[in-house]
Amino acid sequence: MKPPPQNSDSTPGESCPAPLASDDKILLAHGGGGRLMHQLIESIFRPAFQNPELETHHDGAVLDFPSDKLVMTTDSYVVQPLIFPGGDIGSLAVNGTVNDLAMCGARPLYLSVGFILEEGLPVSTLRTIANSMKISAQESGVHIVTGDTKVVAKGNGDGIFLNTTGVGAAHPFLRSHPDQIQPGDAILISGDIARHGIAVLAARENLEFDPPLQSDCASLSSLVQKLIKAKIQIRCLRDLTRGGLATGLIEMAGSSKLKFTIDENRIVVHEPVQGACELLGFDPLYIANEGCFVVVVAPDDAKRAVEILRKEQNSSVPDIIGKVEKATSPHVVLKTSVGSTRVLDMLSGDQLPRIC
Amino acid sequence: MKYIDEYRDRGSIEKCSQRIAEAVTGPWTIMEICGGQTRSIAKHGLESLLPSEITLLHGPGCPVCVTPQSILDHAMEIASNPEVVFCTFGDMMRVPGTNTDLAHIKAEGGDVRIIQSPMEALNLARENADKEVVFLAIGFETTAPANAMALYQSKQQGIKNISFLVSQVLVPPAMESILNSPHSKVQGFLAAGHVCTIMGFEEYEPIAQRYQVPIVVTGFEPLDILMGIDMVVRQLEEGRHEVENQYSRSVQREGNLAAQKILNEVFEVIPKQWRGVGEIPSSGLGLKSVYRHLNAALRFPQKIIYEPLSTNCISGQVLQGLKKPNECEAFGKECTPDSPLGATMVSSEGACAAYFHYQNFQA
Repeated sequence: MKPPPQNSDSTPGESCPAPLASDDKILLAHGGGGRLMHQLIESIFRPAFQNPELETHHDGAVLDFPSDKLVMTTDSYVVQPLIFPGGDIGSLAVNGTVNDLAMCGARPLYLSVGFILEEGLPVSTLRTIANSMKISAQESGVHIVTGDTKVVAKGNGDGIFLNTTGVGAAHPFLRSHPDQIQPGDAILISGDIARHGIAVLAARENLEFDPPLQSDCASLSSLVQKLIKAKIQIRCLRDLTRGGLATGLIEMAGSSKLKFTIDENRIVVHEPVQGACELLGFDPLYIANEGCFVVVVAPDDAKRAVEILRKEQNSSVPDIIGKVEKATSPHVVLKTSVGSTRVLDMLSGDQLPRIC
Repeated sequence: MKYIDEYRDRGSIEKCSQRIAEAVTGPWTIMEICGGQTRSIAKHGLESLLPSEITLLHGPGCPVCVTPQSILDHAMEIASNPEVVFCTFGDMMRVPGTNTDLAHIKAEGGDVRIIQSPMEALNLARENADKEVVFLAIGFETTAPANAMALYQSKQQGIKNISFLVSQVLVPPAMESILNSPHSKVQGFLAAGHVCTIMGFEEYEPIAQRYQVPIVVTGFEPLDILMGIDMVVRQLEEGRHEVENQYSRSVQREGNLAAQKILNEVFEVIPKQWRGVGEIPSSGLGLKSVYRHLNAALRFPQKIIYEPLSTNCISGQVLQGLKKPNECEAFGKECTPDSPLGATMVSSEGACAAYFHYQNFQA
């Protein structure tokens, strides 16, 4: 359908503004609460996030909730470039918050989304991101039920900032928390590591790798639900986002006051990612992931849990990477691939590309 | 991954460790020159694979660590200039000057960019014609050819709005300086493989002879380093003092002649200050007079010169192999990577940071 022509001379109220074309730019007025903002919502957000709760056209969403306990989490997303190999800020914002709920053992149900748009952002980019959010939400089975849009002046933003808040139904019996971890438990990983951080860095810095590196950005909810359904005795779940595998393990060891020992030989880093890390002087253990988690399980359930993860992931990469032991001081020990051992420590600041 | 996997092969590493243990009879002190090797030793826990007779000392080969505080202060002064786009390698962002670091200058509004290659600075200059682009050109012989090429291309292309704050250092004079110290404990060297890839190893031969010290050009993977140690130990046990090449897959005796040609085109040898060490004769590279117009130090003369900070930091002694990081009273207490007293606690290749991250308590 051909959109009606723009009529800038029309008196307000006489005609609706034309739908947003893909080559349009976001204007400050798109955040002003008036006709243009309404048009933005109707032409981009509502078609993308369509669901019964949103269709009430109210200030808030009235939600059905099939559980005595709810889990709630929020996260903000700032990434450059906005669109990267394997994902974009939209899929990141949906999957990231869904995964936070999943790590609490909750079944994700609803999301809110706050858009902070920078004046001048191409509408086509916003449309791509909204569509990506739609797909990620569908894959995770969550509804985006309410939202907000603000526009900041050119130069005061970075294209788009997103905030998503998620609520999910807590499992009646599962309590995923570091204080549930016990000596003897097994540490499992669900996938290969370091792909997201390196893919985004490569895209941002125009580093060309052949084949191109892809982010692992994905929902982890169904994987976790499979483990729960199989009655795996889950002690703690942790997705390995900023700070990567090492930081996730250090945090869990610290909170549980136990020693974690992991085996480098059982941790998979895909070769292009390893190559990029070697080139830049980065340690893949500290690089961000967006589709990978660690789960600590009772020792008797470890093999069965790995089988489930491998079957669901359709790969042999998920594995038991280590075990939990008593310790006088909590820490994480890496058995290196060359046969030595070293302690993993928190990084100070970000990893920076080394000089030579 | 070729040239990685085979040099991290556990079986080969165990065999090499065993060979060293069988060969060694008496206490030997060996210095790895390069910070990249220090990092690899710490990261892979290689000291735990060596017999107790061997002591490794960590040398001055961390480019971040040896860059003088005055250069950093000057860099920050330039980076604070609103007319300047300041670019640098990532490692330099957190190295403390007298009062602050480049990361804080950026947070305060300075246009500081991390680049991967000096040639990116030329692109930045073209893209920011209304600004002055300044590149902090630091490092050893490894970074010098790429920095030289950026200088050469800037001159060839007549780019007016670019300049370079140069602080290049050379390895062999530093080795001689260490050996000349009456307190030196060094009996053998692992020379830095990538430095020798550029420069070859001819210039190490007189040093080996004059000071009767074995020098083995060594790579960076765990097996490389153990093989290098094995070769040094064998020389020490047999009373030899030669230059040998463990890193033959990358290093030729004469080095990379094309890289040396561009170095000679742009740079000349000068005396140089090393952070924590002092001035070492003929240990630096400065711009030749025909490149004077690209010298940021002249285009942006330093306005404030600070007195060197007085702390109980022993990084200078660490850099010279006189002390190990954990022999410092401040190590891991007042001095951590979050609040470093010296540059050796900042860079991933700094001996103190490598110790802190990988060996701060026993596994």
